[in-house]
Amino acid sequence: MKKYKSDVVVIGAGAGGLAAAIEVKKADLEVLIIERDKELGGITLQCIHNGFGLKEFEEELTGPEYAQRFINQVKELKIPFLLDSMVIEITKEKLVYAVNRNEGLIEIEAKAIILAMGCREKTRGAINIPGFRPAGIYTAGQAQRFVNIEGYLPGNTYVILGSGDIGMIMARRLTWEGCKVKAVVEIQPYVSGLLRNQVQCLEDYDIPLITSYTVTKIHGRERIKGVTVSKVGRNFDRIIGSDKFIECDTLLLSVGLIPENELTLEAGAELSKNGGPLVDENLETTIDGIFACGNVLQVHDLVDLVTAEAKRAGKNVIEYINSRYGKDLMKKEIIKCVPGENVNYVKPDIINKRNLSEEIIFTFRVRHPDRRVLIQFKDNLQKIIYKKNKFYVIPSEMLELNINLEESGINPDCKSITIDVIPRPEVLIEED
Amino acid sequence: MSESSVSVVKVIRCIVCPTGCQIQAISKGSDIIFEGYTCKRGLEYAEQEFYEPKRILTTTIRVEDGFLPLIPVRTDKPIFKEKLFEVLIEIAKTVVKPPVKMGDILIENILELDSNIIASRDLAKK
Repeated sequence: MKKYKSDVVVIGAGAGGLAAAIEVKKADLEVLIIERDKELGGITLQCIHNGFGLKEFEEELTGPEYAQRFINQVKELKIPFLLDSMVIEITKEKLVYAVNRNEGLIEIEAKAIILAMGCREKTRGAINIPGFRPAGIYTAGQAQRFVNIEGYLPGNTYVILGSGDIGMIMARRLTWEGCKVKAVVEIQPYVSGLLRNQVQCLEDYDIPLITSYTVTKIHGRERIKGVTVSKVGRNFDRIIGSDKFIECDTLLLSVGLIPENELTLEAGAELSKNGGPLVDENLETTIDGIFACGNVLQVHDLVDLVTAEAKRAGKNVIEYINSRYGKDLMKKEIIKCVPGENVNYVKPDIINKRNLSEEIIFTFRVRHPDRRVLIQFKDNLQKIIYKKNKFYVIPSEMLELNINLEESGINPDCKSITIDVIPRPEVLIEED
Repeated sequence: MSESSVSVVKVIRCIVCPTGCQIQAISKGSDIIFEGYTCKRGLEYAEQEFYEPKRILTTTIRVEDGFLPLIPVRTDKPIFKEKLFEVLIEIAKTVVKPPVKMGDILIENILELDSNIIASRDLAKK
């Protein structure tokens, strides 16, 4: 078995992995990128539409352009990378095991690891649609890869289940390629992707968007012949008598993304409820020296946010190697961050008390849309530490707050803080 | 002059930010006025959408003997929305040969719309 050493190993060469590796390399540390695909770039390569990079590059780019800019930097900085290489195990001791066609099994010894494996799409199995298992059922991202990279059309007439961004963007893409998209069906009473995509991908082409409906049956044995859609009630139960048949030869699923954390789990790191690893304010997992960023940590809606988070992870890794690596630090004193009312999850999951004097970036999502809300942080004694008004919140938009808890007057002895997104008290009075 | 008729001729959903204001284009006599926007960018967007809707087109072009069978491309300027399908048909007739660099012009001034089709990435030979 071939053995390598590198200060830092980055797993995954999407926007997150590349941005993190570039950050680390600029501090003159050795970094190795390992990627399972045959080229660098990750999923942005197949997102050929525009709308990327407004924050990072201050111009509107397509996904491949966004990736190419990072790839060019990786090459200029001569950062080494392995392609067609699958990481199969990482350990607490920061040993990385990977396989590839040229070298077989390899071992890389690192001081720190950055997890940037991204996320994967939920499939039919995750949502239990009755019916046979005919050909013609794909996830939206899978279809996107066929159409934009491999050069195949998966079918002619489509129903898309789920109004996530990839689903809506594929509706437009397929229309442009001469296909017919019969409907986008969404179980929630509201669209789950960005408004911009609803307007420019569906409304521009008169593609019907059917909310509060879901697919309840798949027809066809060899090839899908159509789907039954049904209206759902408040608890997403099917309303009898509301069934409609829609003929189609392809069903695309755009029903959510899951952080891809098999390696993380096997290394012994804890995961939190959102499916990503439990991290502190440095984006460090429960294993010293293993950090996470990008969609493997939490599903982001904008790649620029992935990049910003990855750069932060890179900076923290540099700090770890330069000042903490190999030292036995005191037992960590921590504060837990707990998702409260109308909050789905919050990152970081824990905060080290030693870093309370620094600004901490909190990212979180709401469970359901709301207007004129109050975002509040309170400690375990119900004392409010931080408050902020927001006009509009929606689950598809990741919220980000930059807070210095010490300056906000946090009691350093507190054990946990809870984040709530609640209707503003004055709004309640007004509406009474 | 008779009492000029006032009617909503188009409802534009603003996409500038997630608030998503409903902006109405209202015809008042011979004028068009906009209502329902809550910021300056919203008004600008509504005016553009009403008078001259344009889009950046992003698609792919077939590649001969390339590392990949397709290369992603885009228009370097927004083009009239109603011309999108004509442009797509024109692009479908084209085949390019690698190597290609990001930003290379693959079709110049397509259908004389004052926009070039440019490559969105580098692409090597097979």
